[in-house]
Amino acid sequence: MDFISQHAVLVVSLVKIAVVLFLAMTALAYLSWFERKVVAHIQSRWGPYYVGAHGLLQPLADGLKFLFKEDVTPPASDQLVYVLAPFLALSLALTTLALIPFGPPNVRVFGQPVFVISNSNIGLLFLFAITSMGVYGVALAGWSSNSKYPLLGGLRSSAQMVSYEVSLTLSVVGVLLLAGSFSLNGIIESQRGHIGHWYVWPQIIGFLCYITAAIAETNRVPFDLPEAEGELVAGFHTEYSSFKFAMFFMAEYANMITVSCLATILFFGGWLAPFPESWTWQLYLPGVGLLALALYCAYDTVTSMRGVARLQLAVFTLLALVAGILCLLPAVMPLVQGPFWFITKVGLFLFLYVWVRGTLPRFRYDQLMSFGWKLLLPVSLVNLLATSFVILLGKRG
Amino acid sequence: MSLPFILFFVCAGLAILGAVLLIVSREPIHSALSLILVMVALAILYLTLGAEFIAAVQVIVYAGAIMVLFVFVIMLLNAGVEERTNWSQMAKYAGLPLAVVLLLEIAQWFWRSPTSARAVNGTPEAHPTHALSVLLFRQYVFPFEATSILILIAILGALVLAKRQE
Repeated sequence: MDFISQHAVLVVSLVKIAVVLFLAMTALAYLSWFERKVVAHIQSRWGPYYVGAHGLLQPLADGLKFLFKEDVTPPASDQLVYVLAPFLALSLALTTLALIPFGPPNVRVFGQPVFVISNSNIGLLFLFAITSMGVYGVALAGWSSNSKYPLLGGLRSSAQMVSYEVSLTLSVVGVLLLAGSFSLNGIIESQRGHIGHWYVWPQIIGFLCYITAAIAETNRVPFDLPEAEGELVAGFHTEYSSFKFAMFFMAEYANMITVSCLATILFFGGWLAPFPESWTWQLYLPGVGLLALALYCAYDTVTSMRGVARLQLAVFTLLALVAGILCLLPAVMPLVQGPFWFITKVGLFLFLYVWVRGTLPRFRYDQLMSFGWKLLLPVSLVNLLATSFVILLGKRG
Repeated sequence: MSLPFILFFVCAGLAILGAVLLIVSREPIHSALSLILVMVALAILYLTLGAEFIAAVQVIVYAGAIMVLFVFVIMLLNAGVEERTNWSQMAKYAGLPLAVVLLLEIAQWFWRSPTSARAVNGTPEAHPTHALSVLLFRQYVFPFEATSILILIAILGALVLAKRQE
């Protein structure tokens, strides 16, 4: 106990890191399930269905499969860099989560905020610092494989990520000017009030630029040129197999989550509720939402499941029921509000990602480059100039 | 031993290791990676000194932008393994002793100087960017803008040189 009180920052941080890492890994796994399910329904298919009820155990099965596959290392590859690249990609992608505030900073244990691992004054700059390193994973993977298609994929992706990083950063500066702070919690606090105070309204152009650049930055459809299978087999990860391939996959999903979290924080009020604080009925929403989920699962269990799947879904129903009742307890209710809204908003952004993937075809490489430099960059620059001009006018008047 | 103290020695060691590997390794990409290691280790050292902003900018500008360009160019040119040459006579008889003397001089200076013994107060400022921007955009605005124009001229010069060969 003495040790804990002396090194409260260290102990609490380690616990928080462990919890966030576990939750992030679970979220990554189920994001793959979510993506396959949504894309399948967009294309009038069922998606994963057989492993567990509604294919809910599919991510687990996929993970096990990756673990047991043969790990091939091409003999002509640069061994050290070849192994380093996937580790770099995944660890950098997960590190960004340390800066994301999942809830209000005033909930504290041992004097340390619970919902954020590292509450820095210049959190946004650190986030950009870490994401700016993300390109190495892809570029080095392409180079170290010592093979034609991966090298082309790696080159393409470095050029693409460097180009779109400029627009990504510039599109965010408008929000920084409005909030007057680099701290992520500070940016959220300055949007306090209701849905009308969110920065998405004054910064609608900045938001559109951000979301476009973010999709390109995470190498997703329609900007997934680094792994265009029609031209490059699988791009930078052609030679990777087994768990190293899975690590690239996980890094891509982790980047999607980070980018969605950042969009939520910068433009959609982070963990703030969309309704005015005087509407007290909104406190019941998390619990009622979970209870509704439990009700739907119970209905599904009884009507359409049989055998083992019925048992699995029954367990899931019970979990949702218990969580729902917990969220309605007066002691817990105020605590779950922040994370509830944050996760809901991030979930909507992830759905948008998958929706875009199910809808749009891939750009050609020259289109990608001219779009990034000749349209996105000027638009975000003009947006920045207009924002600073309006702020200056407001200060004069 | 306190935690920042251990962190300092780990990062200092990593920085020196990276610097040595940068010179020793024969593969250009390995050299570039070692340089990135040096940059990141330096950034963590800045962080332990309480200079959050400098640390972030160090990573964004050096590790995230300049080194990406280095790696990109090495990959694009498909630069091969360096060839080893024998040490030149100059390096052997003049360079090495000079380097040793220089190192000894620096060591002696650090040993004597009062700043080396004093621990730096490593608490981050509340608004590190505000103080910096006041300095850059009020006090030193002319040198700052002059530098940016200088960089612009350098970029244009590089473009002109690259175009001339066609």
